Amino acid sequence: NRFQLEMQTVTLIPGDGIGPEISSAVMKIFETAKAPIRWEERNVTAIKGPGGRWMIPPDAKESMDKSKIGLKGPLKTPIAAGHPSMNLLLRKTFDLYANVRPCISIEGYKTPYTDVNLVTIRENTEGEYSGIEHVIVDGVVQSIKLITEDASRRIAEYAFEYARNNQRNSVTAVHKANIMRMSDGLFLRKCREVAENYKDIKFTEMYLDTVCLNMVQDPTQFDVLVMPNLYGDILSDLCAGLIGGLGVTPSGNIGANGVAIFESVHGTAPDIAGLDLANPTALLLSAVMMLRHMGLHDYGNKIQTACFDTIRDKKVLTKDLGGNSKCSEFTADICRRIQDLD
Amino acid sequence: MTARSVRSLSGALKPLFSNRCPGVYGAASCNQRQKSTYTPPPARYGGRHTVTLIPGDGIGPELGNHVRELFRFCCVPVDFEVVNVDSSVASEDDINNAIMAIRRNGVALKGNIETNHNLPPSYKSRNNLLRTTLDLYANVMHCQSLPGVRTRHRNIDIMIIRENTEGEYSSLEHENVPGVVECLKIITKTKSLRIADYAFRTARAKGRRRVTAVHKANIMKLGDGLFLECCKEVASGYPEITFDSMIVDNTTMQLVSRPQQFDLMVMPNLYGNVVSNVCAGLVGGPGLVPGANYGEDYAVFETGTRNTGKSIANRNTANPTAMLLASCLLLDHLKLHAYASMIRRAILSTVSETRLHTADLGGQGSTSEVVQSIMNAVQSTGPQTLSI
Repeated sequence: NRFQLEMQTVTLIPGDGIGPEISSAVMKIFETAKAPIRWEERNVTAIKGPGGRWMIPPDAKESMDKSKIGLKGPLKTPIAAGHPSMNLLLRKTFDLYANVRPCISIEGYKTPYTDVNLVTIRENTEGEYSGIEHVIVDGVVQSIKLITEDASRRIAEYAFEYARNNQRNSVTAVHKANIMRMSDGLFLRKCREVAENYKDIKFTEMYLDTVCLNMVQDPTQFDVLVMPNLYGDILSDLCAGLIGGLGVTPSGNIGANGVAIFESVHGTAPDIAGLDLANPTALLLSAVMMLRHMGLHDYGNKIQTACFDTIRDKKVLTKDLGGNSKCSEFTADICRRIQDLD
Repeated sequence: MTARSVRSLSGALKPLFSNRCPGVYGAASCNQRQKSTYTPPPARYGGRHTVTLIPGDGIGPELGNHVRELFRFCCVPVDFEVVNVDSSVASEDDINNAIMAIRRNGVALKGNIETNHNLPPSYKSRNNLLRTTLDLYANVMHCQSLPGVRTRHRNIDIMIIRENTEGEYSSLEHENVPGVVECLKIITKTKSLRIADYAFRTARAKGRRRVTAVHKANIMKLGDGLFLECCKEVASGYPEITFDSMIVDNTTMQLVSRPQQFDLMVMPNLYGNVVSNVCAGLVGGPGLVPGANYGEDYAVFETGTRNTGKSIANRNTANPTAMLLASCLLLDHLKLHAYASMIRRAILSTVSETRLHTADLGGQGSTSEVVQSIMNAVQSTGPQTLSI
């Protein structure tokens, strides 16, 4: 009921490059849809904290801790700035352990693959990206892949919870335990243990190479995929490619203590920044994902329908979708459809 | 007796001694698998070659039989020495025998040996053991769109060269703290240079214009960084070939949207696994693409995506194309080019006939029908068979 829903605060991080313009497009669309969201804009440039460690600005952290929900545009990664990437900093600050990417074919944006409807859930804190590397002797490098019981259990639990909350039928664990017996074996064991508590959801295991092989032939056989960091990185980008690329793929990062940050995963596109040519679809779909996470399914569905209808209609598409309209025209068309839906 | 055959005799006798006194010669099983330091003479006598055949599990045995049947029909001067590897026993004697046989013959055709990943880490993957012991450092897979096979993308022609012995497949894992497992990925300069050199030599030999190195050096700066550096170093010696690099997640995204942009790709072990499976899926599936593993002295041929096919075993529905094309690669390796081209032509003409497509290509044909059709195609090229 509308007057019972109070305004919920969401921390908005516009980002760099095309970030600000796509963020304002999303805010405009939400306003037209009368979604009960109050945006709190914050900046996340790295600053040096008291202990000499790099951290995000304290007001940004405070806002996130209070609101628990964030929407983030693309952040540029400076090459020789001396500090780690902002995405990494955010991940460490809020312990964002799960990266969720629902990949659903967009009717109206044709790719060779139709009827894709799957979700990749990737463990985001450890695995092959632990960053622990050593030069043993000159010419021999060792990288350490870390798999822990706790992180594996946590991601498995999240995957099954997500499947249950979103009416998905099966969860598939992706691994390479035939070669990496101990590490992926541990990951698999934890997934199996958690699966015991979710008997209503079908649990299967599949080798990474088999998943890749089958994914490019028939992606409809997959539902929810859960996997460690590296496989998740590769597979989530593979699935994004199936539906049309990073410009149309939403993404969400779930952290400890109920924190969730939804983001667009494309780059900052500095060459078209400020020219009203950007495509806000990825950030918009991530915002829709955020609405669903918050339980505001009606608003989410309304906005998503309007967005997909605009794309299907093909009359006002941005350049990357094959048209030559401006970002503001695209946004205006979506707003018009939302008003018509009401 | 020449010095070479004396050494080979002592090599053949070693396992006899180690089997007699297992307690005393506890380390003998390791010695058996030490890298050989001499170049084996070709296993050819009276014009006939001997090739090791490891049937493996799943669809391996039936496909191996079809290869033998086809070779016999075409009068190919190859005799197969069959070595069975039982994947269910814990002892490594079977795989050691197979390795010994491959050392003897120099060449092998193999089916995939199943690895039960629920067994403890002491049970190593038999396939991996074979590859690392024989130092088959280059895995080569050529994925091309075949006429008659309908896929979402057309005109794909990608050659994938994958480092086959180190990287993430080093099988070095330990659990220092309970609940925390560390798995080591090893990248060395020598092996990276070796595979890069192999890739560029192959590119030059096959007239390929562009070599792409696939990596994740933005995250694994030291490991994949070293690999990339080695590739760049080797690339400088081949000015006519364009060299570029691409991050692995972007690579998979590009492969599913525009695979025609790739020519030859070189990469470490795990990314090779992902990329080769994606490419095999793009051109029609695991039943169509052959794979080859080359080392300094030995070569082992198998299906490109190394599937066991347990669920379709012994049902006469497996697609024999991949294994038969692998056997053609084997014939090329043995320099029996006339037989190789003859059989390859027959296979490709059969693949283009849609009514013979097996289940994996969306048809209802059986394995034996496909093999029969290939034999008919070979027979119809009549006089050529007699002239060989």
